[in-house]
Amino acid sequence: MAEPKPQGAVSKMLNAAWVRPFLFLVFIVVAWDLSIRLFKIPAYQIPSPADVVAVLRTEWPELLRQSWPTTYATVCGFLLSALFGIPVAMLIAGSKTVESYVYPLLVFSQSVPKIAIAPLFVVWFGFGIIPKVISAFLLGFFPVVVSAVQGFKSVDPDMVDLARAMQGSRFQVFRTVNLPHALPAIFSGLKVSVTLAVVGAVVGEFVGSNSGIGYVMQRSIGTFDLPTMFAALVILALLGVILFWMVDRIEKLVIPWHVSQREDVIFAS
Amino acid sequence: MNEAVQPAAHLRLVSDRAGDASGINLSGVSKTYRTRDGDVPSLRPLDFHINDGEFFVVVGPSGCGKSTLLKLISGLLPPTTGEILVEGEKVTTPHGNVGIVFQNALLLPWRNILNNVMLPIDMKRLARDKYLARAKELLKLVGLEGFEKKLPWQLSGGMQQRASICRALVHDPKIMLMDEPFGALDALTRERMNVELMRIQRETKKTVLLITHSIPEAVFLADRVLVMTERPGAVAAIYDVPLPRPRSLDVMADPVFTELVQRIRKHFFSQGALD
Repeated sequence: MAEPKPQGAVSKMLNAAWVRPFLFLVFIVVAWDLSIRLFKIPAYQIPSPADVVAVLRTEWPELLRQSWPTTYATVCGFLLSALFGIPVAMLIAGSKTVESYVYPLLVFSQSVPKIAIAPLFVVWFGFGIIPKVISAFLLGFFPVVVSAVQGFKSVDPDMVDLARAMQGSRFQVFRTVNLPHALPAIFSGLKVSVTLAVVGAVVGEFVGSNSGIGYVMQRSIGTFDLPTMFAALVILALLGVILFWMVDRIEKLVIPWHVSQREDVIFAS
Repeated sequence: MNEAVQPAAHLRLVSDRAGDASGINLSGVSKTYRTRDGDVPSLRPLDFHINDGEFFVVVGPSGCGKSTLLKLISGLLPPTTGEILVEGEKVTTPHGNVGIVFQNALLLPWRNILNNVMLPIDMKRLARDKYLARAKELLKLVGLEGFEKKLPWQLSGGMQQRASICRALVHDPKIMLMDEPFGALDALTRERMNVELMRIQRETKKTVLLITHSIPEAVFLADRVLVMTERPGAVAAIYDVPLPRPRSLDVMADPVFTELVQRIRKHFFSQGALD
């Protein structure tokens, strides 16, 4: 987009998408540091930002090594929830019978706290990657289903009639009308799902694992090593942000036509 | 009806000729929806014939089953009783010999205008390259030349509706079914679109069945106007519109026009309000 008038370097920099959240982050860190000094909070309650940064620097290789299992479990769980969630949503949206049988139970299952049943997966599948993946999948699955069902159901029935009157087969109508129409809703579900999958993987690591960021957190809280625990939190937050950003980029590629993706409005009179 | 006064020629009810094979023929067609709360009658048995190349307009109060009528003729819904013949063929499933225009343009937001117009071709799995030229020609006919690559949201409501008319015509169906096609447009655009639709119909010689709430619109456009009763819908009357073609908006001042409008309006006042 061409700018009508030249701008100063500062205001140009402020316009970059990442600068503002970064400035806000700096503000939070400064406030954190100040309040520790001001209220004399002891280090065993809240570590100072400097301590956390120090741990991040010295323990970097170890933290990086431990973040791979978590990332792996998160991504697997997320992909599974997309892989199962979207077809389940199609079935629920496509058939009143399936909906009446499955949907209430699905909602019911969501009120079961996943943390409470996570140890069960350890009993069943041991201390490996599988309990983490299942835990990530269970947390990520529901938002995908709910959003996708809503997306599939919000298609204008007249539009479907129109396509059917053009003698499109059921599958064709689905592929050309229903599915693309549901994509924006599916993507908003996927974005929620990917951040929840991180939580799921960490929960899996809490209850039974000897690797991963969740395990690092568990261990450091046991020894009151708060700077390491906070460093692990920072890594987790970064992981969530990166995965979210990736889904966001894919969304921009897949549905460039959607209202939320329009960057500049060109009006044809 | 006032029997004492002999109605003028244009105010006489038109009795239907027994239909020939062309056009649309409805005999004893009724529709009852089966719902959980029991049967809801939507259309009482209808008998009428729409001639080939005719501009046929249906007016009626809302909820009188006009849209049901459209779905029956396109084959989207099976009638409860009776049968519908389109070009002599009995309608049981979507037959594809119709183009439909709804109140909303219903363009797919991820397809550009040209590809939206080409949708019936894709759905019917016809050869794209054969129809591409026709699609462009139609867009030119409705004044959308140069907008082929635009996305729907970049066009105004009237332009979107014109694109949806192209989409209804691209596979060269015999019949165009229009369900309050200009209901969502402002009054000025609506009048312009009416004139344009009449021109398109003259140039393409399609049989048009148009459903509307607006009595002046109906009389302005139609060769014949069918007046429907309240739900469950039935034929209240069918009027000939003997106004010469091509018509301009000036025709609305013609005494024949105003008299017809008044006459049709009376149907609704005797029944209750037209909303």
